[in-house]
Amino acid sequence: MIEIIDKLVLYFQYPFVRYAVIVGVLISLCSSLLGVTLVLKRYSFIGHGLSHVAFGTMAVATAMKLTSRLLLVLPVTAICAVLLLRSGQNAKVKGDAAIAMVSVGALAIGYLIMNLYAKSSNISADVCSTLFGSTSILTLTKTEVWACIVMSIIVIAVFLLFYNKIFSVTFDEDFAAATGTRAKLYNLIFALVLAVIVVLAMNLVGALLISALVVFPAISAMRVYKSFKSVTICSVIVSVACASLGILLSILAGTPVGSTIVAVDIAGFLVFYAINVIMTRGSVK
Amino acid sequence: MAQLTCMDISLGYEGHKVASGISFSVNEGDYLCIVGDNGSGKTTLMKVMLGLTAPASGQVLLGDGLTDSEIGYLPQQTEVQKDFPASVREVVRSGCLNRCGLRPYYSKAEKRMADENMERLGLAPLAKRCYRELSGGQQQRALLARALCATRKIILLDEPAAGLDPKVVLEMYALVGALNESGITVVMISHDIAAAAKYATHILHIGNGSLLFFGTKASYLESKAGSIYAGHEGVQA
Repeated sequence: MIEIIDKLVLYFQYPFVRYAVIVGVLISLCSSLLGVTLVLKRYSFIGHGLSHVAFGTMAVATAMKLTSRLLLVLPVTAICAVLLLRSGQNAKVKGDAAIAMVSVGALAIGYLIMNLYAKSSNISADVCSTLFGSTSILTLTKTEVWACIVMSIIVIAVFLLFYNKIFSVTFDEDFAAATGTRAKLYNLIFALVLAVIVVLAMNLVGALLISALVVFPAISAMRVYKSFKSVTICSVIVSVACASLGILLSILAGTPVGSTIVAVDIAGFLVFYAINVIMTRGSVK
Repeated sequence: MAQLTCMDISLGYEGHKVASGISFSVNEGDYLCIVGDNGSGKTTLMKVMLGLTAPASGQVLLGDGLTDSEIGYLPQQTEVQKDFPASVREVVRSGCLNRCGLRPYYSKAEKRMADENMERLGLAPLAKRCYRELSGGQQQRALLARALCATRKIILLDEPAAGLDPKVVLEMYALVGALNESGITVVMISHDIAAAAKYATHILHIGNGSLLFFGTKASYLESKAGSIYAGHEGVQA
């Protein structure tokens, strides 16, 4: 035990480890805030689709040799978020089909462009790290960490300020709109915030694993808690705890960061599932 | 002037007309029951009245100082709500949202109003319960309490009795009738003309792509549309 603590203390002397933990905590916090609403609205897959869009755009940005890839990736992802969230209501192509088309399409085009234009000799490693995050979180620069902190603060502020509106629009969009709440505006804000989180989270867990951060904490919390507020708070705590534990484990065991976090999230879900089973049995007896 | 006037409304989805030539008005204190077959456009008409859907043609006018954020609404339950983790209190309070404007949280007065409406509909003991664990009738009462937080003037209900037990249906109608007696204008869609006729003051009947009847309950029961619809259900005025 003492050995492990010593090892952690040693690692925490390196700034890149500290950066990784800060970024991990912030991203898991933000993604779980939105996760509850996404899961409840049956939009779990939108985060997944968007992450593929972000991957595709990242490939294009790399091919174009842009110095600041975020400037391209963020707006494109935001536009797709708006389009996908809107398509839920009355589009010719229905919601899930639209998401499937966009996500697979972006993935394929992204990989194609990476292969055509990338000068790097090790394309498969590049692709792998973009998709699964691998070690990229440990190579964060100070600027990226600050960008992440600023965007997280914005996300949290938006969520806190619009908390009641988000609840109302999630629970019953028609009622909210009928009684004078600008439901469409809040859906738009929500889509933009989601895009920001997806782009941020790509650094942490990689494009393919983002929806795990969004979905697992919310589903876990919903097993046990019964009000929107308690579910939201619980999913934030679960998400941050799982992400921190996952990062620490990955440092100690030398495993890829993203998949370790997701593995811890799955374990967390199983724990909450078990609690739910025990609780419902208890109440029946 | 009437609280709500519909002028020559046509309803349609994607260019396909469902009903046209619908004109009527609702005055303060009225209890209007909208009847008609499935697919006749009742729900769409209500959404047009609420400004959620644009009519294919025609106009909806609000009067008597009624603004578009003062209309209470009880929609049909959605798929999303069936496993939504929300306490009854959270659901009812969300009806106060239209009073908040840009203010992010509810004021004390709004919270009190939510509590009063829960009290009024007998929901106070259920305030902390989870919405998805309530019975159908309790869920509808929670949604009704939410609608009452949004308005003191007019409330639109889309089949509030759908999927409820017969006994609970009668309670629901009695509850809505009592609200109407307390001065709130009621517009309700219903399949169940017999029960609706007990409380309604006016009837709007749509079907076959047009307005079949609009007028007071008494004249409806004497009319041709009314006799076809209500006759075999044995309604007495």
